[in-house]
Amino acid sequence: MPHDHHDHSHDELSPSGHPYRQDNDEPLTYWQTMEIAMRELLIEKEITTAAEITARIEEMDRRSPADGAAVIARAWVDPEYKAHLLADGSAACKAMGFEPGVLRLIAVENTADVHNVVVCTLCSCYPRNLLGLPPDWYKTRAYRSRVVKEPRKVLAEFGLDLPDGMTVRVHDSTADMRYVVLPARPEGTEGMSEAELAQLITRDSMIGTGVPKTPT
Amino acid sequence: MAEALSSWVRVREMMPPGHVRTPSYLRGKRGQLERTLGPFHNPEKLAYGLEAEKLSLYRVRFSMAEVWGDAAENPDDTLDAEIYAHWLEPCDAP
Repeated sequence: MPHDHHDHSHDELSPSGHPYRQDNDEPLTYWQTMEIAMRELLIEKEITTAAEITARIEEMDRRSPADGAAVIARAWVDPEYKAHLLADGSAACKAMGFEPGVLRLIAVENTADVHNVVVCTLCSCYPRNLLGLPPDWYKTRAYRSRVVKEPRKVLAEFGLDLPDGMTVRVHDSTADMRYVVLPARPEGTEGMSEAELAQLITRDSMIGTGVPKTPT
Repeated sequence: MAEALSSWVRVREMMPPGHVRTPSYLRGKRGQLERTLGPFHNPEKLAYGLEAEKLSLYRVRFSMAEVWGDAAENPDDTLDAEIYAHWLEPCDAP
């Protein structure tokens, strides 16, 4: 295998022009060791099995922003479903076949006057059961500390310039709730099907750092 | 604390150690109840495997002017957070 030799320096580029990725040869951190010890004990004591753990990881990895997009598209075309989503986000997700688990979901609606954006300043709470794993930036100290203080500046860096007359509502997921933004349906989408609409709904538009794509 | 929606509340200004779900930047700040949630087990005890009583959880809406003062980017923008009952006390409108 071309990457198995070690006669190159890590500053060099591969023949195809990409930088070599460093091997993860460094020692385990304290918490990595703790996680392995805990996992091995749980398996040894027959509380769980390695297969069960893998199955749970696969179950989490299967979730993606496409699930959330399906929920939002339904809310755009079905006013009754939209009312359900805004009243009880978890139940509305379940009604579409997306198992909310212990997640308690609140959907917050963008309108002509209000733009919502979601953060977790204390850690990295995210509606994983609906959107899958959070993007790396969502967990950074920069995003978490800045979006509560200068949301408009942060959104502008994402390419979203909001008019002064629009109210920005920042939602800090501090406890048991998780949040998804119900973005406004773009203009010019009147004739589109639910499946076509879902294609316009990006992950960031459901976090609030973006808006849906407009039809081309 | 069972208050009507839109009532004014103040986040208690305490600094207890441990697993606390009330962000420091909101302590001492005044906001309005946006909705009532819960009850949920007290996370400050749950985190340590202690018997955790159930508490009401409130969503409180703060203005950016209240949270950041003159440094607010836009004073009328808002910040919503979930705060447990024992962290809130009724207060007058600012």
